[in-house]
Amino acid sequence: MMNKLVASPEAALADVPNGATIMIGGFGNAGMPSALIDALIAQGARDLTIVNNNAGNADAGLAALIGAKRVRKILCSFPRQADSWHFDRLYRAGEIELELVPQGTLAERIRAAGAGIGAFFTPTAYGTKLAEGKETRRIGERDYVLEYPIHADYAIIKADRADRWGNLTYRLSARNFAPIMAMAAQCTVVQVRETVELGAIDPEVVVTPGIFVKRVVKVAATLKRAA
Amino acid sequence: MKKLDHKQIAARVARDIPEGAYVNLGIGLPTLVADQLPKGREIILHSENGVLGLGPKPLPGQEDDDMMNAGKEPATLVTGGCFFHHADSFAMIRGRHLDVAVLGAFQVSVAGDLANWHTGGADAIPAVGGAMDLAVGAKKVIVMMEHLTKKGESKLVERCTYPITGARCVNRVYTDLAVLDVKPDGLHVVETVEGLSFEELQRLSGVPLKRLASAA
Repeated sequence: MMNKLVASPEAALADVPNGATIMIGGFGNAGMPSALIDALIAQGARDLTIVNNNAGNADAGLAALIGAKRVRKILCSFPRQADSWHFDRLYRAGEIELELVPQGTLAERIRAAGAGIGAFFTPTAYGTKLAEGKETRRIGERDYVLEYPIHADYAIIKADRADRWGNLTYRLSARNFAPIMAMAAQCTVVQVRETVELGAIDPEVVVTPGIFVKRVVKVAATLKRAA
Repeated sequence: MKKLDHKQIAARVARDIPEGAYVNLGIGLPTLVADQLPKGREIILHSENGVLGLGPKPLPGQEDDDMMNAGKEPATLVTGGCFFHHADSFAMIRGRHLDVAVLGAFQVSVAGDLANWHTGGADAIPAVGGAMDLAVGAKKVIVMMEHLTKKGESKLVERCTYPITGARCVNRVYTDLAVLDVKPDGLHVVETVEGLSFEELQRLSGVPLKRLASAA
């Protein structure tokens, strides 16, 4: 019987090795898999390469992982924020490497990895500093930049509901990067608010099919929800 | 002359956004446009983080941590709105499905180059977000900015001295002094604020401007 439900965040991340590349879902705090990040911090893996849109907010979640000096490199589109002080400090001290990627290019590189695409041409960033040194091509009337996929060892994401096959639904704008990250990683670990019986999720509304998911952990919701 | 305040620039931008448009408002000044959209026009706001039909700020106590705008502020969804993942969100942008992007700017060149993501300072931490995608992807790229820097220098320039976000991508610029169109032969003044002559705008702007036949 296929059962992807795992007892705890700790059990779900026990095998993460030092040096792993990990995609973390979320856009700011919306969709941030906080319980899994806390478990990753407790687990102790170091020299991580992290893929997220941002570089952490305030002192919790991704910011705490960065603050604990566990991240060697981060790929993101928007590190600098009013409350990104952990990243800012380490970046200025030269203790964390940054690969700045335009947000749409970041999303498409992740999608490409999950879809088996070897590389793609995008018009984004052509002629800018972020395309320096990259291969370009004129196709028709436009200029494009060659970009490569981003693969990951793990994706840790937050979804709303899951069944034991790993079929997922999301809630509001917490979906953001999670579905494409689930596709791009060797091992996708999901924290969900609720686990349900097979068949309880309407097949028409499954957003991430279980084939992209390896492990599911139910975590009590701690975020504030509108009534 | 009667300089426009930020809200008035936002209202001026909003006036030109047509019924039925799909629009992305960049973070910073452009977010003010949302509250100025003419009542009765159905205009759908897109947010990079996977939202079509972004609504106004929630009432106090109605905030939801799963519902944010691209500036990571609490947001709402209008009736008929929907969610999608990030690759689809940027397919909407890059794939030329979005009618209008309104962006802030440090500088706009006479050729329509946009600089709005990085001051280029050695100590500055760069951040780009979705700006480069919006600059190349939206059918119409509008810049909303103050005409002059705090030091009184023109933000309309011959060539951007800050790193560019996109080349030849800006179609129209709305400032606290004027509305200008970017055309293949340079910047055309569409209108100026009350009490500001073309000649005075020309002097303040420091780059060659052209008069639209219809301009006041």
